[in-house]
Amino acid sequence: MQSSVQTTPGLGKILMLVLARDLRLAVRHWDQVLQPLIFFVIVTTLFPLAISPALDELRKISPGVLWVAAMLASLLALESLFRPDVEDGTMEQWVLSGQPLSLLLLAKTLTHWLLTGLPLVLMAPIVGTALGMPQSVWPVLAATLALGTGSLSVLGAIGAALTVSVRRGSVLLALLVLPLEMPVLIFGARAVDLAMHGEPVAGPLNLLAALLLFFVSLGPFAMAAAMRISVES
Amino acid sequence: MWLWFHKLSSPPYAYRTAGLVRPWLFWPAILLMIVGAIGGLVLAPEDYQQKDAFRIIYVHVPSASLSLMIYTVMAVAAGVGMIWRIKLAHAVAAACAPIGAWFTVATLVTGSIYGKPMWGTWWEWDPRLTSELILLFLYLGYMALRASFDDTQRADRASAILAIVGVVNVPIVKYSVVWWNSLHQGPSISKLAAPSIEGSMLWPLLIMMLAFILYFGAVLCDRLRGEILRRERNASWLSESLA
Repeated sequence: MQSSVQTTPGLGKILMLVLARDLRLAVRHWDQVLQPLIFFVIVTTLFPLAISPALDELRKISPGVLWVAAMLASLLALESLFRPDVEDGTMEQWVLSGQPLSLLLLAKTLTHWLLTGLPLVLMAPIVGTALGMPQSVWPVLAATLALGTGSLSVLGAIGAALTVSVRRGSVLLALLVLPLEMPVLIFGARAVDLAMHGEPVAGPLNLLAALLLFFVSLGPFAMAAAMRISVES
Repeated sequence: MWLWFHKLSSPPYAYRTAGLVRPWLFWPAILLMIVGAIGGLVLAPEDYQQKDAFRIIYVHVPSASLSLMIYTVMAVAAGVGMIWRIKLAHAVAAACAPIGAWFTVATLVTGSIYGKPMWGTWWEWDPRLTSELILLFLYLGYMALRASFDDTQRADRASAILAIVGVVNVPIVKYSVVWWNSLHQGPSISKLAAPSIEGSMLWPLLIMMLAFILYFGAVLCDRLRGEILRRERNASWLSESLA
């Protein structure tokens, strides 16, 4: 029984290899990694131009602006999450490899989060300050984005797996994913808003964490089922 | 029972059965709609607060409950199609989506017409209206995904996954929207959800509900037949029955 296992590395090793490969690819194309982040900053810049330069007014809408911009930035990076691997045949090999596809895709989703979600968590306080957000809100803002962008990555990865074989799938992807992501937006923006008014934020933060656990535990199965449909034929 | 189930999953049999069942759903639906309309618009007394404006609930409430019910039917059909690989179940799911989307549109339109005299605006970010709007987006996404595949079988299975993911999400969306809204405004609107409703106002509503469900069944039969024709256009049983 043991001899057959010896030839392939363990699952943990494989997941680490997937992570390391994707991160290495990202470092080699670091300009592509930066694009969603620059997009995030540009979108948040549009609001003062469109509404008013007065910080008092911007402060009121800043949680919503940051959250919508984060959602769109996360969406923008999804397009290239699975597409290169599907186009060059790597994904087919993964499907045939006999390893649990759901975990392999979850590892890829984790990379997506490390490359888009985590930088947003770090950048959001700076951009928030530019919109008049008080410093005391920084920890809450970072916490909501850390929990929320994880959910966004998982939900987005399901949509990306469904649409990866569709021509011009990026608009379709937004159409599928954005309605599903609305609860995350509601709780995330609400928690920041509550924090700005000095009210307790445990409620929405707990709900965000619950959503993250829920999506991380069930999402990979949907991703794997969707990817199997996308790569066959 | 199982034999019947298997027989029903064969396209020619389902095609004929849907054709036979349809009039038995359609005409009672029309009859009940007439009875419900007379009961609701003529016989029911006017509301002491909302006057005659409340009468739109005889269309609004059945549409709203059907829009959710049809999404569930669609997701169950999609799940049956995925698990037992029954093509006909996918055809049912495909037939459900446009009907559900139209009922959602009807809910939104009647809701905003209702909102004009009640709230003074055409649109209020009321939790129920907002979650109906999100439901409409889910329907539109489902239909867009289905339309973007050329191969029917792949379209079936990809959209089935979306329907199942969507139906898991519907309660989350629903409660998050309720929670989002309850922080914004007081429960001033909840008077619409009157806990008790007069019997003379209630029975037309129940009749209308039944009529809408039967009507959904009739339209589903029609759409299912159309869907079967489209999918089986090269099948021999079809050319035989048409010859």
